[in-house]
Amino acid sequence: MGIVSPGFHGRRSAAAPELPPGQYLTEDFPVLTAGPTPRVPTDAWEFTVVTEAGQRYAWSWADLMALPGQTVTVDLHCVTKWSKLGTTWTGVSLDTLLENVETAADYALVHSYGGYTTNLPVEDLLDGQAWIAFKYEGEDLAPAHGGPARLLVPHLYLWKSAKWVRGIQLLNEDEPGFWESAGYHDYGDPWREQRYQGD
Amino acid sequence: MARLVERRAETPSAQTLVLDVPDWPGHLPGQHVDVRLTAEDGYSTQRSYSIASASDGSRLELTVQRVDDGEVSPYLADVLAVGDPVELRGPVGGWFVWRHTDTAPVTLVAGGSGIVPLMAMVRTRRAAGSKALFRLLYSVRTPQDCIYADELRSRARDDFGLDVAYVYSRQAPQGWPGEPRRLGVADVNTHGWPADFQPACFVCGPTGFVETVADILIALGHEPRRVRTERFGPSGP
Repeated sequence: MGIVSPGFHGRRSAAAPELPPGQYLTEDFPVLTAGPTPRVPTDAWEFTVVTEAGQRYAWSWADLMALPGQTVTVDLHCVTKWSKLGTTWTGVSLDTLLENVETAADYALVHSYGGYTTNLPVEDLLDGQAWIAFKYEGEDLAPAHGGPARLLVPHLYLWKSAKWVRGIQLLNEDEPGFWESAGYHDYGDPWREQRYQGD
Repeated sequence: MARLVERRAETPSAQTLVLDVPDWPGHLPGQHVDVRLTAEDGYSTQRSYSIASASDGSRLELTVQRVDDGEVSPYLADVLAVGDPVELRGPVGGWFVWRHTDTAPVTLVAGGSGIVPLMAMVRTRRAAGSKALFRLLYSVRTPQDCIYADELRSRARDDFGLDVAYVYSRQAPQGWPGEPRRLGVADVNTHGWPADFQPACFVCGPTGFVETVADILIALGHEPRRVRTERFGPSGP
């Protein structure tokens, strides 16, 4: 237990759902972005996967829409302490996108329009854990929240769910992304409170 | 572990907390700290607050805007007493920072309490004797909401190479030319550096404000990678 803050009572409700340590519940959908919001028209949009051998796979927006979509309801946990529960997204599973990609790489570096990057192990992209999401609560995903499409990998802190996703680079060695190079945790498991390097 | 040594009212709803942090490692302007509050039964919650001061030994200043229905800010603004302990972690953040060795011109655009990390940059600039040219554009609802008003007035006079301009969105001071209005393209164009100068741009404020200003900067030709943003508060669903 931390140092008691004299006179602090806090706000708890008996019905409070279980949240990862240090998180609080929000009904809003706050935005955390390091720079301006890119506007990417879907007719210019492309999603690529480049393997450790340099082989390139690409999907246009029409290609993505032609793939079987999934609608999932997941909880979001942001490293800035808010959690939002029961959000519904529609997207294409990374299992589907990576199905025919020849790779033995262990690491992924995700790239976004606008230059953002984030890294995570390939295994965290598979087995129904990650999607390229393009609808939020039944509506087209707004640019401020990463539209036209973002990575959704809700079991990690939300900065791993790269907005404006444009591709995934598969690597044999782990390469830190944008926030990971700025002191944030390499993996970012909210239930183990891996916010910063050394957690 | 920090201890509150002084508090100052900045506006009716914003307080500066002066903390003593014995083992503080120093920080860069723009960084924040995580403040953790713990109740007697062990319940605890954390929030992030921008650092307002230039790095200065074990002294650290945070400016907290009271959110009336908030869980943490009313405690920090009204209950925490001089001498009380504060658990904090940091400094945190390595992107929304200005380094005093950078010589490029700097455009700062603040909305409301978004001034706090930008003020740390203004203070660091002076403390480090930097000659980098700074332009600060500060949007407030009313003159009473202007945080650091007196200090900004004297710095605009004394800190050579610092320009400060204001936009009043709801109520302008007496004698102000023009009506209160939201910040627009003309303000950023007039009071920020032209894109040709390749300034570093820092924008901080509520989400909608930051979205607007960042879009304006891009429209004015600034490269996205030179526009750094920090947003707070709800954005709506």
